[in-house]
Amino acid sequence: MPSSALWAVDLFGRVYTLSTAGQYWELCKDTQLEFKRVSAATQGCWGIACDNQVYVYVCASDVPIRCQEEAYENQRWNPVGGFCEKLLPSDRWPWSDVSGLQHRPLDGVALPSPHWEWESDWYVDENFGGEPTEKGGWTYAMDFPATYTRDKKWNSYVRRRRWIRYRRYKSRDTWAKLAKFAITKMKNDEWIDGCMGEWKDSRERSPPLALWALVSQSQVWYREDVSHPNPEGSSWSHVDTPGEVVQISCGPHDLLWVTLWEGQALVREGINRNNPKGSSWCLVEPPTSENGIMHISVGVGVVWAVTKDRKVWFRRGVNSHNPRGTSWIEMVGEMTMVDVGLNDQVWGIGYEDRAVYFRQGITPSELSGKMWKAIVASRVCDRSHSGSSSSLLRAGCFFGDEVRVSGDSCAPSDTDASSEAERPGPEPVPAESPESPGNSKGSSASGPGTTRTAEHASEGASPADQTPGPEPRPGPASTPAELPWTSIDLKEPKKAPSHSAETTGLSSLEMLPLGLEEPYCADDHPLWVWVSGGGCAVEAHTVLKWFTAQAGLSSSMQTLSLSITPAQTAAWRKQIFQQLTERTKRELENFRHYEQAVEQSVWVKTGALQWWCDWKPHKWVDVRVALEQFTGHDGARDSILFIYYVVHEEKKYLHVFLNEVTTLVPVLNEDKHSFALYTPERTRQRWPVRLATATEQDMNDWLALLNLSCCESRRVLGRPSLQAIWSITCKGDIFVSEPSPDLEAPEHPLPCDQMFWRQMGGHLRVVEASSRGVVWGIGYDGTAWVYTGGYGGGCFQGLASSTGNIYPQSDVKCVYIYENQRWNPVTGYTSSRGLPTDRYMWSDATGLQECTKAGTKPPSLQWSWVSDWSVDFSVPGGTDEGWQYASDFPSSYHGYKTMRDFVRRRCWARKCKLVTSGPWLEVPPIALRDVSIIPESPGADESGHSIALWAVSDKGDVLCRVGVSELNPAGASWLHVGTDQPFASVSIGGYCQVWAVARDGSAFYRGSVSPSKPAGDCWYHIPSPAKQRLKQVSVGQTSVYAVDDNGNLWYRQGVTPSYPQGSSWEHVSNNVRRVSVGPLDQVWVIANKVQGSHSLSQGTVCHRTGVQPLEPKGQGWDYGIGGGWDHISIRANATRAPRSASQETAGEQGLPSGPSSVAGALQEAVGPVCC
Amino acid sequence: MTDDKDVLRDVWFGRIPTCFTLYQDEITEREAEPYYLLLPRVSYLTLVTDKVKKHFQKVMRQEDISEIWFEHEGTPLKWHYPIGLLFDLLASSSALPWNITVHFKGFPEKDLLHCPSKDTIEAHFMSCVKEADALKHKSQVINEMQKKDHKQLWMGLHNDRFDQFWAINRKLMEYPAEESGFRYIPFRIYQTTTERPFIQKLFRPVATDGQLHTLGDLLKEVCPSAIAPEGIDGERKNQVMIHGIEPMLETPLQWLSEHLSYPDNFLHISIIPQPTD
Repeated sequence: MPSSALWAVDLFGRVYTLSTAGQYWELCKDTQLEFKRVSAATQGCWGIACDNQVYVYVCASDVPIRCQEEAYENQRWNPVGGFCEKLLPSDRWPWSDVSGLQHRPLDGVALPSPHWEWESDWYVDENFGGEPTEKGGWTYAMDFPATYTRDKKWNSYVRRRRWIRYRRYKSRDTWAKLAKFAITKMKNDEWIDGCMGEWKDSRERSPPLALWALVSQSQVWYREDVSHPNPEGSSWSHVDTPGEVVQISCGPHDLLWVTLWEGQALVREGINRNNPKGSSWCLVEPPTSENGIMHISVGVGVVWAVTKDRKVWFRRGVNSHNPRGTSWIEMVGEMTMVDVGLNDQVWGIGYEDRAVYFRQGITPSELSGKMWKAIVASRVCDRSHSGSSSSLLRAGCFFGDEVRVSGDSCAPSDTDASSEAERPGPEPVPAESPESPGNSKGSSASGPGTTRTAEHASEGASPADQTPGPEPRPGPASTPAELPWTSIDLKEPKKAPSHSAETTGLSSLEMLPLGLEEPYCADDHPLWVWVSGGGCAVEAHTVLKWFTAQAGLSSSMQTLSLSITPAQTAAWRKQIFQQLTERTKRELENFRHYEQAVEQSVWVKTGALQWWCDWKPHKWVDVRVALEQFTGHDGARDSILFIYYVVHEEKKYLHVFLNEVTTLVPVLNEDKHSFALYTPERTRQRWPVRLATATEQDMNDWLALLNLSCCESRRVLGRPSLQAIWSITCKGDIFVSEPSPDLEAPEHPLPCDQMFWRQMGGHLRVVEASSRGVVWGIGYDGTAWVYTGGYGGGCFQGLASSTGNIYPQSDVKCVYIYENQRWNPVTGYTSSRGLPTDRYMWSDATGLQECTKAGTKPPSLQWSWVSDWSVDFSVPGGTDEGWQYASDFPSSYHGYKTMRDFVRRRCWARKCKLVTSGPWLEVPPIALRDVSIIPESPGADESGHSIALWAVSDKGDVLCRVGVSELNPAGASWLHVGTDQPFASVSIGGYCQVWAVARDGSAFYRGSVSPSKPAGDCWYHIPSPAKQRLKQVSVGQTSVYAVDDNGNLWYRQGVTPSYPQGSSWEHVSNNVRRVSVGPLDQVWVIANKVQGSHSLSQGTVCHRTGVQPLEPKGQGWDYGIGGGWDHISIRANATRAPRSASQETAGEQGLPSGPSSVAGALQEAVGPVCC
Repeated sequence: MTDDKDVLRDVWFGRIPTCFTLYQDEITEREAEPYYLLLPRVSYLTLVTDKVKKHFQKVMRQEDISEIWFEHEGTPLKWHYPIGLLFDLLASSSALPWNITVHFKGFPEKDLLHCPSKDTIEAHFMSCVKEADALKHKSQVINEMQKKDHKQLWMGLHNDRFDQFWAINRKLMEYPAEESGFRYIPFRIYQTTTERPFIQKLFRPVATDGQLHTLGDLLKEVCPSAIAPEGIDGERKNQVMIHGIEPMLETPLQWLSEHLSYPDNFLHISIIPQPTD
């Protein structure tokens, strides 16, 4: 989990944040403003200040909030002068918007508010639907309005081109004043309260927003048509209330509660997607008649209230169908307010002590939690970047590095982090789009929501929201850069905001040292008035350090920092290692001929397991298993696994020499803890031995022991070598193989079914490595992870795991099922009765498997549900209220209903989450979709240089990491590389050649990238192969390969140093899912389907054979481990076949080539890998 | 990068080259050759000397054989101390191999415990493990283990099987994530210069201010004489030795407990006089 922040306001109106990873309250800059209430979101915070104005605080991040402006230049052909700006009177404006209806001269496009700045000047967009146009970017048509084409024809009478320009939100890490938000015509609307809900289900691109405001005179207003693409909404509509409203709160979904002056609560009923305003109010009496309700806060499915006697109440039985709930339950404790944040977690301000309390033990099954726990974190008086010298001094003398660290991690960017991570990540596997854990972003209803309201409604552009907003989804990328966010202060007279901006800027510098020092730091018992957890992601397993006062440094053991920790370099540790070595030398060296006191014996571990009997009766059979470990004369360990079974009352057994085992793969499914065991033979046959254990613990014990035995017999111990080949299965398990030097030998390379793969702890979707030891991964939820140098974790504990460098890791993804309905003349569409031949009324995407809401389990026992089922509105192709129609099952579906449609279906999604551990540390805050690290040229000594690393964020931003090195593999920060549309894949090859693939399927080459200019200068558009949309690209030392949506592998022909863009795409193979090209230009892929002698496998590691400098496309395929493999990174392996075997790098870690030299006949495929 | 796991292996596979000679007054039928053996540091004398016993019994008459015991330079060797500890404490400054005299007569009742069988060793070993876990986890971990796990610990030690032993022992080395170490560190401090067999007190791995306690903190608290400098040059007069090495006093105690404990889960620390060379 990335860290995120809790926001609170103290008695003096000062706003503080407390990071989930931190231990100190940190003061927000900008200390001149005093706030009454704040409402936090993941990217920032809104507040109502004491001047009754609404302010927004947007946290800084490496990725700018940028917004594209566009204008079209229109021309008509004229017999005299050719194309010119003279149009016919009936024509559109010479400069217009895309529709041509609005006049839009370039110099007339103004920044919406002083909080924005232009990124560059206007330029012509030369990309037309993924195809590059002629210079000038003109597209032609017979007349306006029409369909435009790239090519000029004889009848092209008109043409137009698109100009684009980006603006960037600049007022970050400061409170920006929003223009007053005219709801009524009254001059002095005063914000009292407001809130925003978000229909943030599953993978939807632009969920509708519900925006509610409470202004003076107790009027409740609802803003119509607010959504991310239309953040301004259209108009206000007044919602009558049967009483005087004093406070309002709406949850992330369909809950809206308000508090009345008289102390009752009103619940809005009938709220749903189609009727976000709801239909009626329903009165809820306070728990006791003498003490009315004072404050209410709602979440996804909970309502908490505080009554006038300070008692806290939890509303039982609240859900979408019954927003009223059933009854009040009194909670222990007296509070002045409570706030429901993300994941329905709850914070409150104690009445007695005005301390911030956190409700502990809230889980989906126990929504009321267990107890209030006071947060006793102390306050740091400056934000670390305030730059005030006195504050630095303080930090220096009291806390050393720690403060800076925690300060930094508390800094706004982390708030981003959480939101980023929660954002549905990339979804390369459409079936399992990762999703945000919990319906986050519950802008709980507290006051500041107002701000939010303000912003979205009238100004439209809540910059803060923006980043989370445009969730770039793969799929038909609509207009590029759909960042429709406008801005703050649309209607504000110019000078006011700028004034405020200035003051804040100055004040932050000047006021800090003065204002802060004495009175507030000295007091060790702060008094709080408001708390908001809308941006604070706390989950069951989150370990918070808020509850113990910290004196001095905490133990360095806990510092989560990748650069080598002091503990590891400490002198004492070195000395112990050194002395132990000396001791061994002293006491053993001259006495090796002495007899050992204890003779090594055979050790046997036995157990009762189940074994999948692959022939009749094709079922799990109870077996007894014994692992016999013995030590050879040379001290080498070897083991045999015996599996004793009974068929037809005949006792039989099967045995496996562990030194022949190539992989042990955990196969967790819904109800069994099982694993598969492969040997080269069984890999060729696609026929592993499958064993199941009774409990998870049993399986972990067996897996750890068997793995250890395999590793020992192959002498593969400790962390993977720098050249290791990394891969990931479709379940997210991570495997590493030590490359044998003859793997890439020009003749008789090692068959890749003999490669030994061992598992690393953790859960990833993508992993990329470089031979300088830098390895990055991306989780299903888009979280970026960096390899720490440890090994083990996950199910490997004890000896199979390193002591240090193992950290908790979690991942989130979505499970999808389909509701199918058939139309019948009587009842219309119904799911109660299909035709007998129909599919299940609840099924998977194919319709072949029945999948009911109740019966569908998380993908394996490792996963657990973290949300409820909800309709997925973001199905590619569009939906009508979630439904997709077709004439019959199975068929192609469309998002609207026609006369001939007799069936329809809709997709339901539910999020699940997995918690594990592994040698990975999170790289907050930006969620990624793809990452690539420069492969080292073989032999080149480039140590010292920083390592080039490029990535694509889950929103499609291209990023370049600064400061990555062996010692700091996580790097320092992101450099944003502007693009005109969201991207999908990026790869950096030898000599800093950077290639990328955009969402529209076209490729781009980045010019002039070099160590001194790491981000390069401009993109060159490379058309994709005819009629194909590329989805992934990989660049080796010189070779460039790409994979398209249809599984074709393409080689870029004609790439030369002087013309690095190459000339054309050449087809190499079909049936390819993913490609990885290494520093030797070796080509490895994940093949879609491979036929073995026993079964078909999907997702198999394949190695291109016959790749030579003069024949970079190779000749055939060699099949390795699979199926079920999803990703491979060969990019760290620069180990050339040995001329002299001595320069072998692997050493003790190297693979002692295979069990036997089964100089396996390569399964040479003449054609492409297909079946 | 060297991993802490390697320390466990190094500790486990520590061996002391030893020369066993029969006590001169023992009556033999023919001359008894000395017997050379590599003794595991982490094991117990009577557990690993079957070969020695057999070797010397061959040259002796049956009726002259009673319970075997060992002695080094006049000091009877307590079998219930781990071998490494005995060596560090008594012989670390003498030349290798370690000379041990074997006796079959005159059992020094006041110095040594009887060791009638390996069950006695097992009982002693297990009671140490249990005591250590009582200190570390209020016995929670050891009590949750099954009988077969206890057996596996013992058999691991008995058969010198590192994996077998550590597959179970790692559970004894874990502690809750929210703590920064064990409740108390199981340790014993031995000195040759005092009559007292060893010092054992309650000592926590983490100070009240959250700082990790170090080896130095421990000694300062429970055995200040061990690290007190003496003489004009301010050099320490004692060595602090565990497993034949001298960890720096800055070493965190928790780390030591996890990595340099003997199989009985105790840190056996020897305080011995600085050799004068």
